[in-house]
Amino acid sequence: MNKFKSFIKRLIGKFKEKKYNSTDKIDITNKRFRWSDFIAEKIIKSVAFFSITIIVLIFIFVFRESFPIFNFGAKEKPKTEQTSDSQEQYGVPAAEPAQQEQYGVETTEPAKQEQYGVETSEPAQQEQYGVQTTDDTTMVENITPVEETASGSTHDDNKQAVKTLITKEWQPVSDRPRYGLIPLLIGTLKITIISLLFAAPLAIFAALYTAVFASKRMKELIKPTIEMLAGFPSVVIGFFALMVMASFLQNIFGYDVRLNSFVGGIAMGLAAIPIIFTITEDALTSVPKTYYEASLALGATKWQTAFSVMLPAATPGIFAAILLGIGRVFGETMIALMATGNAAMMGINPFESVRTLAATIGAEMAEVVFGDTHYNVLFLIGSMLFIFTFAINAIAEFWVKGKLMKKIQGK
Amino acid sequence: MMLQKFKRDAKGFIFEGLTLASALIIIAILVVMLVVIIIGGKDMFTWEFLSTFPTDGMTKGGIFPAIFGTAMLVIIMSIAAVPFGTITAIYLTEYAKENSIIAKSIRFAVRTLAVIPSIIYGLFGLGFFIKFVGTGMDNVFLGGQLKWGQPNILWASLTMALLTLPVVIVSVEEALKTIPRELREASLALGATKWQTIRKVVLPGSFSGIMTGTILAVSRGAGEVAPILFTGAAYYLATLPGSLSDQFMVLGYHIYIMATQSANVDQTLPIQFGTTLVLLLLTFSLNFTAVILRYRIRKKRIA
Repeated sequence: MNKFKSFIKRLIGKFKEKKYNSTDKIDITNKRFRWSDFIAEKIIKSVAFFSITIIVLIFIFVFRESFPIFNFGAKEKPKTEQTSDSQEQYGVPAAEPAQQEQYGVETTEPAKQEQYGVETSEPAQQEQYGVQTTDDTTMVENITPVEETASGSTHDDNKQAVKTLITKEWQPVSDRPRYGLIPLLIGTLKITIISLLFAAPLAIFAALYTAVFASKRMKELIKPTIEMLAGFPSVVIGFFALMVMASFLQNIFGYDVRLNSFVGGIAMGLAAIPIIFTITEDALTSVPKTYYEASLALGATKWQTAFSVMLPAATPGIFAAILLGIGRVFGETMIALMATGNAAMMGINPFESVRTLAATIGAEMAEVVFGDTHYNVLFLIGSMLFIFTFAINAIAEFWVKGKLMKKIQGK
Repeated sequence: MMLQKFKRDAKGFIFEGLTLASALIIIAILVVMLVVIIIGGKDMFTWEFLSTFPTDGMTKGGIFPAIFGTAMLVIIMSIAAVPFGTITAIYLTEYAKENSIIAKSIRFAVRTLAVIPSIIYGLFGLGFFIKFVGTGMDNVFLGGQLKWGQPNILWASLTMALLTLPVVIVSVEEALKTIPRELREASLALGATKWQTIRKVVLPGSFSGIMTGTILAVSRGAGEVAPILFTGAAYYLATLPGSLSDQFMVLGYHIYIMATQSANVDQTLPIQFGTTLVLLLLTFSLNFTAVILRYRIRKKRIA
């Protein structure tokens, strides 16, 4: 076999030798075509596009599943079996009745009326709501027959669902489900604000210390330690918050509800600290050394330099760090599920339980019927989260970076 | 003059102290978390706990199926994520021009993948892998019989692979950049083609970088729970997953379930702490290995 190979090689070699006579000009710019190189390059290129493809696919598929709720007429589904199924499943979660009680306390009827009043600034919409309120009265009477015959099509469900999207009640599991996203949004915002108020100053100051003040040894101690915090799985932070921190903070502040947005916010702050710290530290160290030295040479002290030269120069980077921190907190699921109490309430009191958007998906997706309106609404929440984080990342990437470059290079 | 200087120094002392204090607060919280979890879980940390099944309605016994499930998850995940991540990194460093639109958009996509909330991956896994690919496979190959169109370990691992892809890409890229330009040029000057250079010079030199990426990805994948909440993780299984279409138990999900959904949380508290300790030890030892490998790479670059 080997002999055969070498023979072939020699043969090819002779053939090549014949091709080029010494008098011929050899064109060295003309590269010989190689199949292996060509194929390798094509494969590598197409695989590299994979990450873009994933983004597009995520975009398509998360939206595809949320789309049907806006599709009123076209889809008619046999709901007979599904409703009975869902009834069985909905019986299981024990937390729901307790939540309904809380709803009752929280959102009284007048509040609801007020909201409609605010919404109906346009006469056209007023008509729509007028229809719905008449629906309300008729629906209450009709509930039992509808359930018995189970002939309610998704068509009507979707219409109802879309109408309730901007109300104050998140009550997907009931006779007349309401998918008001406002309490979830408020809850998420509350958590985000609390966690940032906790995490941003700590992380930025710590980054300032490591970048400007710390000796080399301290730097080598602090940096890996804080980066170690990034290695904590979020479920571990959630567990710690649920089991240890909640009781500890309750003893200090003495509030009533053990799991609330304050505990959840602090716990999520712990998850956001490494992100904010790392990016801020990067931004601070990428400020040219000449700035620092010039400031010292002009007679400023170290801390004056740090606060009035280094920090302003790195502002865009710090802004990006905070943005990415927000993105992390906004989409954090496990900590929200474990430490925030998971009750969709509207108040601004930080010591109340809240329910975030991401936690709602995580808690309810497992119990929902595929293709149901509730299922679609959860995917709608998912697409909102996706758009939000995508936008935040785009801002941090292009706008902030461009600004940072301009600022530092003085262009 | 003296007073002014004193004031300035005092202010500086306070500000510097403030920054030092915030660094120390973060470290203190971290240490407290570690200590609490270690103290809570150290009694459970026995061979029996690691190697037995849960018993008595999950109130006693070990967490072996959860450890096994986590191992399966990260192995399948690595098989999917590492080749794709490595090839993308090779494209970005070797083929793409630094400022071309393609390279820029790939980089942007990678960074976006890194910041998308993990729950979105879960939704994507459900919408794409289970409902689109899985149900499609069932309809084509099994004639509508339900096998792949439901949560299982394959779809969970693939979902996790998407999540960890940016981790692999970033660390392999970092390693590829440490290989000196001269080595590549020497190889090309000797007549090797670009692909030969990559295969014989660049890839062997970046082996430790690929290892780092894999380890970091495994550590991330072992700790994440949100993506597998509805793509394959199970509450309790009496048997280990035998095929790719089985559901499985995971450490992180086990913690979550035991801490929030179980009937008597207080009774199972030691198990919860034990499981948390195991998960934490796993991710930390992996991260530590990665840090050491990375340190070696950086040293090589300086030398």
